[in-house]
This record gives sequence, C-alpha cells and structure tokens, in this order.
Amino acid sequence: MKVKSPLEIYRYLPQTNCGECGYDTCMSFAAQIIERVVKPTDCPPLVRDAEKDEKVKKRLDELISLTSPEILEIVIGGENTVKIGGEDVLHRHELTFFNPTAFFYDVWDSLDDKEIDERCSKVVEYKKFYVGDFLTLDGIAVRCTSNNPERFKQVVKKVAGYGKPMVLISLNANCMRAALEEVAKERPLIYAATEDNWREFLQLALEFKVPVVVRSKNLDKLKSLAKTFKESGVNEIVLDPVTEPIGEGLKGTFERVIQLRRTAILGEDKDVAYPIMVTPISAWSIEADEISKAYWETVIASLFIVKYADVMIFKSLEPYSIMPTITLRYNIYTDPRTPVQVEPGLREINNPTAEDPVFLTTNFALTYYTVESDLTSGNIKGWLLVLDTEGLGVEVSVAGGQFTAGKVKDLIKDTKIEERVKHRYLVIPGLAARLQGAIEDETGWKVLVGPMDSGRIKGWLEQNWPPK
Amino acid sequence: MEKFTLEEFFQLLKKYNVEELEGVRIEGDLEIEIEPGAGVDVSTINALLALTQYINLIQEFGNFLYHANAALMYLQRLSSALGIQLQLPSTTQQIQPQQPQPVTVEAKPKIPEKLIEVKFEPYKPEYTGVIEEVTLGAKKSEGGTREVTVTIGGERSLPFYTFDAEMPHMPVIAIDIFDRKPMLAKAVREHYEDVLEDPAEWAKKAVKDFGADLVTLHLISTDPMLEDTPPSEAVKVVEEVLQAVRVPLIIGGSGNKEKDPIVLEKAAEVAEGERVMLASATLDMDWERIGNAAKDHGHVVLSWTQMDINNQKTLNRYLLKRVGIPRDSLVMDPTTAALGYGLDYAYTNMERIRISGLRGDTDLNFPMSSGTTNAWGAREAWMKESPIEEDTPWGPRELRGPIWEIVTGLTLALAGVDLFMMMHPGAVAVLKEIMNTLMGNVKETADGDAWITMEG
Repeated sequence: MKVKSPLEIYRYLPQTNCGECGYDTCMSFAAQIIERVVKPTDCPPLVRDAEKDEKVKKRLDELISLTSPEILEIVIGGENTVKIGGEDVLHRHELTFFNPTAFFYDVWDSLDDKEIDERCSKVVEYKKFYVGDFLTLDGIAVRCTSNNPERFKQVVKKVAGYGKPMVLISLNANCMRAALEEVAKERPLIYAATEDNWREFLQLALEFKVPVVVRSKNLDKLKSLAKTFKESGVNEIVLDPVTEPIGEGLKGTFERVIQLRRTAILGEDKDVAYPIMVTPISAWSIEADEISKAYWETVIASLFIVKYADVMIFKSLEPYSIMPTITLRYNIYTDPRTPVQVEPGLREINNPTAEDPVFLTTNFALTYYTVESDLTSGNIKGWLLVLDTEGLGVEVSVAGGQFTAGKVKDLIKDTKIEERVKHRYLVIPGLAARLQGAIEDETGWKVLVGPMDSGRIKGWLEQNWPPK
Repeated sequence: MEKFTLEEFFQLLKKYNVEELEGVRIEGDLEIEIEPGAGVDVSTINALLALTQYINLIQEFGNFLYHANAALMYLQRLSSALGIQLQLPSTTQQIQPQQPQPVTVEAKPKIPEKLIEVKFEPYKPEYTGVIEEVTLGAKKSEGGTREVTVTIGGERSLPFYTFDAEMPHMPVIAIDIFDRKPMLAKAVREHYEDVLEDPAEWAKKAVKDFGADLVTLHLISTDPMLEDTPPSEAVKVVEEVLQAVRVPLIIGGSGNKEKDPIVLEKAAEVAEGERVMLASATLDMDWERIGNAAKDHGHVVLSWTQMDINNQKTLNRYLLKRVGIPRDSLVMDPTTAALGYGLDYAYTNMERIRISGLRGDTDLNFPMSSGTTNAWGAREAWMKESPIEEDTPWGPRELRGPIWEIVTGLTLALAGVDLFMMMHPGAVAVLKEIMNTLMGNVKETADGDAWITMEG
C-alpha cells in the first residue's frame, strides 16, 4: 500500500461522518483502510456517488490504486476459489501476511482413473482440527504426463468434477488448449509460460482469460516475461523462479524468491509485484526413498511458507507431510495484531462424570490448547470452563481485569455446569491465585488453586482430588 | 453483403445530431461488414441514441480512437446494444462479446513477436549493525581441554541471505542430555535407550553417532521436586561429561528459581577454563549471581526471557551493564514454542530481535539459542493418534515427531537462531542438511524441470 497515513486517505472520503460504513467517522474508516480491515469500496456513499459522477469515480479509482496491496492479488477457481498474493510486507510483524500460501496437490494424467479419484478424494476430504476449526487443502494440480491433449482434457474434466480450484500443468500449448476448452470457466491457473512457449501461452491466457504462471530461473527473463504478458493485456500473472530441489540449486531458489519479493515491495518494481509459485514437488525428482523425498518436500515447503511463496504444488498426501506444512502455514499467516482466541464455554475432557473436577482456563488459544492437551493426554477426566478473557493469557488478564470473579460467575451460570456436577469445587490456574477469595464470594463455590503450569495438574490431582 | 467504413458509420451517426463526435477522424482503413438482414434500422438507432447512456458511450469513443482495436470493441458494443450484428474484419483479433462497461476498457494488442527485454535490478538493503561473535569452548592453549570450539554469530544480514553479506558461521546444533532419566517421547527415547542412565555415554553417543556440535547437560536431578541433588554432587556429572567428549558444553539447571543460581555457580567453578555456557539467567531468578558466576570463571551466559523483546532488552542490559558480562559472552534465548503451539510468537519475536540487532540496537545484537526440543511437546509429535474423531488419521507418529522438530527448527533458523538444542538424531541430520544447503556447502544440484513430466 502506497499510503501510510489515514490523513492521505481521508482526503478522498466524503468527510460527512455518516457512519454507513459502520465506523463513527471518516477518519476512523481511513485508519481501517490502512490496517486493511476494510476497502475503499466499503464506503457506501463513495460507491453510490461514483456510479453517478465521473469525477467521484475517478477519485475512487485513485484511492483504490493508492490503497491496493503491493503484491497483486489473484483469484484462482470458479465456484470454489482461493486467493493468492495481496501481500504488503516482508515481515509479518510489520502488519500481517494476508492470503495463506495456497496448497495444490498433484495428480497426473498417465495415472489410471481409479488412482486419480483416490488422490482427488484425499485432497477434498483432508481435515485437521486446529484452534477451533478444521484446516483443509486448497486445490488440485493436474500434470500432463501423457503429452496427449485428449487424455489431458479428459482427466482435467474429471478432476474439475471435484469442485476444487485447479492448476493445470503442461508446457505443451496444445495440451493446455485442449484442457482449457473444457474447463476455462473454472478459471484454473495455467502452468507455465517459458522462454520457449510464451507466445502460445500468452494467446491462451488472453483467449481463455485465465491466470498464468511465467517461469524462468533467470530473473531478467522472468521479469521480461511478466512485463510482456502485462503489456499484452494479461493481468493475472504468477512468477515461478523455478524450484531446484537440492544443493546450490535450492540455495539459488531461496535467493531468487527473496530477491523477487523484496524488490517488489522495497524496490517498488511493479514488473515483479506478482504472487510467487514454489514447487516442493521438485523433491520427488531426486534419487531417494519415498520417506526421504516426502521429508525433503516438507522441508522445501516450510522454507518457502516462511519466505514468500503464495502458491505451492505438493506431491505427498501423507499426513506426516501435510500436518506440519498446514500448521506452519496457519502460524505464519495468523494476524499478529489480534491474539488468537477460542470459543468460551464448557469443554468435556475424556467423558467426565458428575464426580470429576471442574477446571478453569482462559480463551487465549495457546493457553487453552496447552491445558486441554495436558488434560487429554494425561487421561484426566474433567470439565474445563473456558473464560472469555478477550484472548489474553492468565497472568495478563488477571492483571488487566479481563479475568474477574464476576465473569467466572456468569460463565458458571451460562454453561449450566451446576447441573452437570454434584460437587462445587472449582480448580483455578495457579497464576490466578489472588482471585481465589473473590471467586468464592461471587459464586459460592469452593475454589482450589491449581498448579502454575497445567503440565503439573496430574500430580496436583493426586494430592488434592477428591477434596477432603 | 453491405460494407462501409467506420468513417461512414460516424457520418451516419452525425446525421442524427450526434454533435459530440464532430472533428473525430478515423485513422486507417477499417471496414465494417454488416450482414444483410441485420437491418440497420435508422429510426431505432435514432431513438436509442437519444438515451444519454449511449451518448456517453460515444463520447468516450472519441477518447479511444487511437487504438483501432478499442474502437472496434466499442463499436461492437454499441452495435450489439443497438441490436446490430457486426462481422469484424478477419485481420483483427477475435473480440469476445462484452457487457457494456461505461468507464474504462483496455486495448488488447496482438501477440508480440519478441519479449520486451528488461533487466531485474535486485533491491539492496543496508544494515548498520552486526551480531556479536561468541565462542563456546576453550582449547588447551586457551586454558581449557576442548579439541574443538564453536563460534556463532557475526551476521550482517538476515539469516542465510548470503547474497547480502557473508554469513561467517553456520548455526550449530547441541544435543540435550540429562543427569537423570527424563520424560521423553517414544520416538526420541528409542535412540537413547542404552545411555539414559549414563550421562557421559549419552554425551559420547550424541557427538559420535549423531553429530552434535555441542552437548547441553541439564542438571534436572537438582530439582527439589525430584531428587534434590545437592549442587556439589550434581556437578560431578559435569566433570564426567567434560572428560567424555571434546566438544564445548552447555550446562542447564532444573528451572528451579531458588536452586538454579547455586547449581550453576558451582558448575561454573568446576568447569573453570572450559568456556561453557550457563543456561540460564532469567529475570525472575538471581540473574546477578548467575551472571557473576559466568564472568568470574570466563564462561558464556544464556539470557533467557519469555517471548518479550523488551524483557530481553532489559535482561541483556542488566547482564552487560550491572554484571559486566563482556559482549562476546552473551547469548539470548527468547523462548521457543513448538510448531502449532505458539511458533508464530516465537518466530516473530526472534525475527524482530534479529532485525533490531542488524539495525544497530546494541542491546539486542547477540546470537540466539533455541530450545527446539520443545517441539516434542506438541501432541502431533508424540500422540499415537488424533484425539479428534473427525480428523483425517494422523499416520505413524514415528514419522510425525522428527518432522515436527525439523520444521520448528527450520522456521526459527529463518528468524535468526544460531544455536539449536535438539534431540531426535534424524531431525538433527535434516536440519543440518538444509542449513548446509543454504550456506552453499552442498555442491550437487538436480534438475528443476524434471517434476513437470515425471510419471509417478
């Protein structure tokens, strides 16, 4: 984003403080644009006036271009879509990263149909619970290994039936054309235009209006390709600086990816300000056993999830490959400006009975998951009350007033825990010890101060439960 | 087939009082063919043109006449709005029918014959700061008995950005050993089963079999909650381990705030001359005593804070200014959280610390250490199967655990960690391999194109 101050944005707004956008003043709306919480088009009067008045339209367009992200944002897919790019910073603490690296998984057209279905189903069905939601995979990459346009077309059509966004992979323009004739409306990302085939791929991108990857490990050539495509009227471009899987090649890949992104953002080179593709699948072309290849694929992926890849192609569908990469992606793309929270309420741990202890913790995701996993894995049966501390940890929320006896009382009432257990003993975190008396007074429950670290709950229970 | 030129078409429009188009000249010799029967019904045109919308459209047309293609597109849009079918000359590019977009439209030129050749000029950042170099271990000539020493730090750029500045030292890996049998994940324990009762043998195995650059000895038996071993007793193990291996040593306590300063002080005494690292001084224990123990016996001190850059700054200042630790004898541990369990905080905290150091903050330009073994605290690393029923099965944990440690370590390597404390030998090997690769120490390469067409 070119502008740094809300004042610069304010000039473009109606300045009426009408509040239609949901913010009290145009200035606070402007501040939200800077934070990328809202877009200029979220100002209803501005949009309405732009429809009627050319001058306003011009002003709005100017504002949109001033506030658009440094890296182009591209949407892949038809009915189901995935957004890539749209980044503004090199380090997540400077703002946040926005669109998580999109994960596409490989099928190839010389596989038999049954195996293609199996792989596609795995991609569609994969899910992993994390911080209150299920993590899933984004799409399917179809490679043309048959070099046969008819077969490729047939397989692409089949894969499209799974409804996931797609990347189509073939350097042969005839194969690509055949596939696009079938699925262009699904807006697949096409891979890839190179120094050799770029004219045909430029034609395809224009004709079928699909996003296209340009590919070269020579960054002068890569930039030339991107510029040529852009000036010929292609707007949705992805850069592939070529992922070499090992040794100096991989080191070179690391350098190319960083140089591209850094030069786009800090060097303000618009000709390379596009999403970047990295292909961890390259690891599968080296000589090694399956597990080593899958591990190395995960290593390459991790490197570039942290450093700037916007879209990736993977081969391994093994859970030990997917789990670390999908979790790392979540971590790196979590907005550091807002603490991660979980739903407040009551959780049942290991099918508790009416005799089992009731524990209290906060809704700061990290605290919550630590406690929850300590209880679960310690085979402790119990009821876990999760207090809404606005996403803050125990120590901070006790000090800051988000963790109070009054809120604990409401939580006990709202969760109807009194109907679930026969006793009235509440185990609070050791770090909240000073609230013991206040909570007893508010709730009428007997409060037991638990250990400082939930890892010690098991030992603590041996000494303190059931209460004498 | 009736033919007429654009100019004629505009003459036609002009005839019907479209004043705004006066003075417009059509360049070139474009011909528009109108299919017979399409019937340019003049009265229809006239009626429709009365609508402002189309007048506007035609006005804009004037602005776009420089591009023949754009003109054609507009013309086609106009005509299709009017219900006229135009057949475009075959020399022009095929134009898709479009909905009227009253404001802008881009010209669509032909496919160029040649690439527009441009140069990529990489952006070059400037850092004013440099990370301090810290050497662990001392050889005979330096008053110790180590055969190898380890130097970390010295960076002038972000980690592995060797295209910005040389990275003088590759990060190193220490393997954790304990003075009593600790709780370990199965996938880790099975590699140490034969040495769990013997720290000296454990240290040897870590170095000889698993390639540890250093060994971290944790004196956990000193914990009052465990054996409460007296310090003078506990440090005998320090001497044993120093004799067993010839690499530098890191010595940790049990984490007990009262006892650690006494234990580490004693350890510093017995390791005199060996330039070990004392792990750790923290804000909530007697950092002064630990710092002094390091200073008095020529050791390095690990400054450990809980994921807070400001606390890290504070503790470093205390150790440097109040205790007088030399700048070449301080390493920071800003805290490591496992992948999925706060790695984002750990990563960003370390990255901020490193960037501050490179930008010249002399309270923060020290090498960093990471307790990467923490990765094994993540349930994904050790739990047999997912406790969540709807999850896709997690697969064998033997394969999940090591990669969890690798990814945790690699992520923090990219934040600037110089020293990893790890446990799984496979994870140690893979992390070393990727760091060697990024340092340019792995010469072999492989084709980056082969995957595109590989079968399987």
